[in-house]
Amino acid sequence: MAEQPLLRLQGLVKKFGEFTALNNVDLDIKEGEFFTIVGPSGSGKSTLIRLLVGMDDVSEGQILLRGERIDQTPANLRPTCMVFQSLALFPHMSVGQNIEFPLKIRNENASQRRKRALELLDLLRLPRNYYDKRISQCSGGERQRVALARALAFDPEILFFDEPLSALDYRLRKTLEKELKDLHARTGKTFVYITHSLEEAMVMSDRIAIMKEGKFEQVAKADEIYAQPISRFVAEFMGEVNLFEFKVKDNGTYESDAITIDRNINIPGAKGFKTGILMVRPEYMHFIKGKETYNFTLSGKLHGEYALGSRIQYEFETVAGNITVEKLREDRLSANLGDLIELGFNLDITHFIGETK
Amino acid sequence: MNNLDRRLGFLSALPITIVLAVSFLAPLAVVAIFSIMPPKVFSIFNTPDFSAYSVFFTQGYYKSLLWSLFMALISTFILVIISWPLAYGMAKVFGRFTLVLTIAVVMSLFVSENIRLFGWVLTLMKGGLIEGHWRYFTGTGFDSPLYGVPIIIFGLVYVYFPFMLFPLAQGIAMVPDDTRQAAFDLGASRWQVLWQIEVPLAAPGIVVGSLLSFVLAAGALAESKILGGQAVIAMADDIETAFTYGQNWPLGSALSIILILIIGCLAIFGVGKVDLDSIMGRKR
Repeated sequence: MAEQPLLRLQGLVKKFGEFTALNNVDLDIKEGEFFTIVGPSGSGKSTLIRLLVGMDDVSEGQILLRGERIDQTPANLRPTCMVFQSLALFPHMSVGQNIEFPLKIRNENASQRRKRALELLDLLRLPRNYYDKRISQCSGGERQRVALARALAFDPEILFFDEPLSALDYRLRKTLEKELKDLHARTGKTFVYITHSLEEAMVMSDRIAIMKEGKFEQVAKADEIYAQPISRFVAEFMGEVNLFEFKVKDNGTYESDAITIDRNINIPGAKGFKTGILMVRPEYMHFIKGKETYNFTLSGKLHGEYALGSRIQYEFETVAGNITVEKLREDRLSANLGDLIELGFNLDITHFIGETK
Repeated sequence: MNNLDRRLGFLSALPITIVLAVSFLAPLAVVAIFSIMPPKVFSIFNTPDFSAYSVFFTQGYYKSLLWSLFMALISTFILVIISWPLAYGMAKVFGRFTLVLTIAVVMSLFVSENIRLFGWVLTLMKGGLIEGHWRYFTGTGFDSPLYGVPIIIFGLVYVYFPFMLFPLAQGIAMVPDDTRQAAFDLGASRWQVLWQIEVPLAAPGIVVGSLLSFVLAAGALAESKILGGQAVIAMADDIETAFTYGQNWPLGSALSIILILIIGCLAIFGVGKVDLDSIMGRKR
């Protein structure tokens, strides 16, 4: 018998009038997992988390926590809680009162509450004298930690996060991403995190779900999503990728307007499809300087060169559209904008995405 | 530049300053001086004594003051309770319908208070709109609720409703939705959300609304005169009588000063407690 998931979504549907925001979503989340749901705005991820927390009613389907239905339970009776995008700290209360709020609701006595609040300040690496500080005296990162401490004081079965880092500046975000991951490891809690940033998801998560138009496009480990996206949508969502369309002819050979394909190769997985896409990451594209041969070649006009710290990014205009190549500084290309450059890549670093059968 | 701003500020504040000084402070000063004049004089050039203030205690005027304050307090309390749900709806739920409600409530202010109160008298009096119809159809009559303290309080609540409703709606609008949701998500019941989140965060609106209604109700006389039939005498009624029938200006002045001082202290205390800027919309 399979282990019972902590949280199970079965055929979850949410409709707003005619509009279907969530379309038949199924998902299992294991205990202790850091699970991230990623999607562009309007993909239904915020709707989904509102249903999970209990701030909205499901239209159809079930939410099960340890096998028990909770979708009809109001938010204040569910053993889960959420860190809001706005943090939703209580401005009229001190840091300590904010953290103690869920304990006060449960009528715990003052000394126990204080003890727990101080422990949480320690856990979140906030100085203990912050207990009496006002929320307005805290910086953005400190508020973030107070919100986390407050949610942990509730001691939820699952801690939900609704893009809590999206309003912060880049450096603070990077620091807090790591802290969150670390906190997850130390508390052993189940985290369900929502973000539109795949980068954020990659840093922290055990598993990632990519959402599109109210459905999960792909649910997998971070590495798998990165290396083997199942669709063009996921691949493009992953950031900089080059996608080359091709046709598979009846005799098993390939044909493409975008790239020249070596006659002798066999693209794994392509059999049975009529059209497909080859995905190549920018760092695996090469400039052809001499006589070296590649399985796939194309030529492009250089029209952009950008320094990205240790690497340099080149943009090419090709028949296949805009193509991106990234090289380390030592492999820098000596060419001028407008020059025609031959590009090549090999089969082993490509990933095939089937489109039509 | 800064200097010019300051001069412009001073110049533009000048007209209203003059108007206030002449029309508000000057009469107040005259009243204050009159209050320490001997009884029944009509000039402020007499030897001051404090006889008018002692009359306040010896001749029972303090009773009217206590009645006025008591009725103002009760009506303010009732106003907070009954206005809250409607103010909540206007601030958070009704959307466009809020405008309709606002106009409806403001329209009631277009008709003079006295006329509206007489309307209630015609409605509630024995043989009036309600009792008359009841008697016509059932053959049995009942006593009019007019001419008592409860109906005066009803009148105060009715007349000063807008002065509570709008500040309260402003105050409730200041409560961020997400704090309410977060409290609920953290296990709070609806009552706990109300007491621990909404009331404290809407406090500026509650204080402003309460101050307005209390101050107006404490200085009101039409309700006790028209609906109450002088079942109890309001402080303002005593003041009016002292100035008119009594022809005792120093007494009227002393009573006014007492009322002004009490209400003024309350107002300063109340306003000191809240951040008025936050409700008036200025950035903090």
